Amino acid sequence: MINIYEVAETNQMIEKENLDVRTITMGISLLDCIDANLDRLKEKIFHKIYEAAKDLVKTGEEISREFGIPIVNKRISVTPIALVGGAACKSVEDFASIAKTLDEVAHKVGVNFIGGYSALVSKGMTEADRLLIESIPLALSVTERVCSSVNLGSTKTGINMDAVKLMGEIILQTAEYTKEADSLGCAKLVVFCNAPDDNPFMAGAFHGVTEGGRVIHVGVSGPGVVKTALGKVRGENFEVLCETIKKTAFKVTRVGQLVAQEASRRLDVPFGIVDLSLAPTPAVGDSVADILCEMGLEYAGAPGTTAALALLNDQVKKGGVMASSYVGGLSGAFIPVSEDQGMIDAVSAGALTLEKLEAMTCVCSVGLDMIAIPGDTKAASIAGIIADEMAIGMVNQKTTAVRVIPVIGKGVGETVEFGGLLGHAPIMPVNRFSCDGFVNRGGRIPAPIHSFKN
Amino acid sequence: MKRTIITVVGKDTVGIIAKVCTYLAQNQVNILDISQTIVQGYFNMMMIVDMNQAGKHFGDIADELHLLGEEIGVLIKCQKEEIFDKMHRI
Repeated sequence: MINIYEVAETNQMIEKENLDVRTITMGISLLDCIDANLDRLKEKIFHKIYEAAKDLVKTGEEISREFGIPIVNKRISVTPIALVGGAACKSVEDFASIAKTLDEVAHKVGVNFIGGYSALVSKGMTEADRLLIESIPLALSVTERVCSSVNLGSTKTGINMDAVKLMGEIILQTAEYTKEADSLGCAKLVVFCNAPDDNPFMAGAFHGVTEGGRVIHVGVSGPGVVKTALGKVRGENFEVLCETIKKTAFKVTRVGQLVAQEASRRLDVPFGIVDLSLAPTPAVGDSVADILCEMGLEYAGAPGTTAALALLNDQVKKGGVMASSYVGGLSGAFIPVSEDQGMIDAVSAGALTLEKLEAMTCVCSVGLDMIAIPGDTKAASIAGIIADEMAIGMVNQKTTAVRVIPVIGKGVGETVEFGGLLGHAPIMPVNRFSCDGFVNRGGRIPAPIHSFKN
Repeated sequence: MKRTIITVVGKDTVGIIAKVCTYLAQNQVNILDISQTIVQGYFNMMMIVDMNQAGKHFGDIADELHLLGEEIGVLIKCQKEEIFDKMHRI
């Protein structure tokens, strides 16, 4: 039988160490909404999502109350809109009007984000893909809750460099379109290599075409819990360090598994995956960078950071895998800058640079995330940053992503405030040397040799 | 049988258990087990209860216990047992 110390430990994690379930995300297929008539398409999309997700928020709140565990976000992901809207949309404005429909239904069912304003162009772009990508700046400037993502490469297909170049321009344009709000639109836009079909986390969530009609994914979190656990083994060797992370990750993931099963049962929607991620928030003590410091680094970014992060990421997976029957999504340690107070402190102290972050993305679960850069950064330079990150993902057979925010009107040394979970960030310098000749070549980078396994 | 864990944490004072138990008896909540300890002067109590015969909904009992806790000056939480079972048992 459960004893008082175990109960106290769980409640201490929840109350003092910010243990929470970061998101319940319902994936909804919109493939059966496809229609050549735009108005009819939007009507079908609205009704499909509303009927599927109308009880999502209420159910999430009930589970949270009964188990005493905060469930921070309830969200929706849908089939990439480039696939759904291709038949009906003939212009950028047509696509953006679908984004508005998504925003309306998100407000109506009460979710805080809806993901899937996406295109999958890892090898080539259809006309619909191109139109959707070109509509992203407009779509993100006229909506509040819509998130957009574009998959630009994969280990199997290589990297679509035409799309990489285009996304450099689109990110800059999105920043320009939302400059009144410190270019906030870019915080809702992410590009991927090897994008997973079942990611519950925003901005990159979309409901892949390999998924069923509806599915429940859950993303857990708990950097504060890991940090506190490591505080008790200060100075011990790596074996003890790894064991501690693993055991903690197991406990955190079990909570996610419970919430996922309950949500799935109560909503009568199949359970998809638990994404066992360490997702930080700007709240003090809820930081992945603080875990790295607890391991013995003065700041995230100091020599040894990549090794520490590799160890952390691996142990989180090893502990988490046993705790859940299905693991998926991104699963690992997230290293966003603006959403993690420890990362912000490291940048402000001069310990953490864009190049070091890039190295860290080789061993973490995602990529360059929530990084504010000067508003006058050239589109080609952004494309170069993306290409580097995509190459890391492609060669290492892992998901990588880029979510950078060129803050229009601001430069290095200034700070940008996004608010809420998106946090705030000092603007980081970008390497000032040109890569124009490289990104302007056109075409695609072939898949690496080790992808040919057939 | 689905069980619920009630935890009471706060400054030790006369009659905490009496008041909580009285409330539970009035609402047909059966107490299966109680453990209690004092940590650094703070009162910590855990009850394992069966709410299957309770006349009210889980949420209402949780809210009323929370209010009762505020009257006594302690924090009372009501959580379904599975969260602890899942976390601490393989």
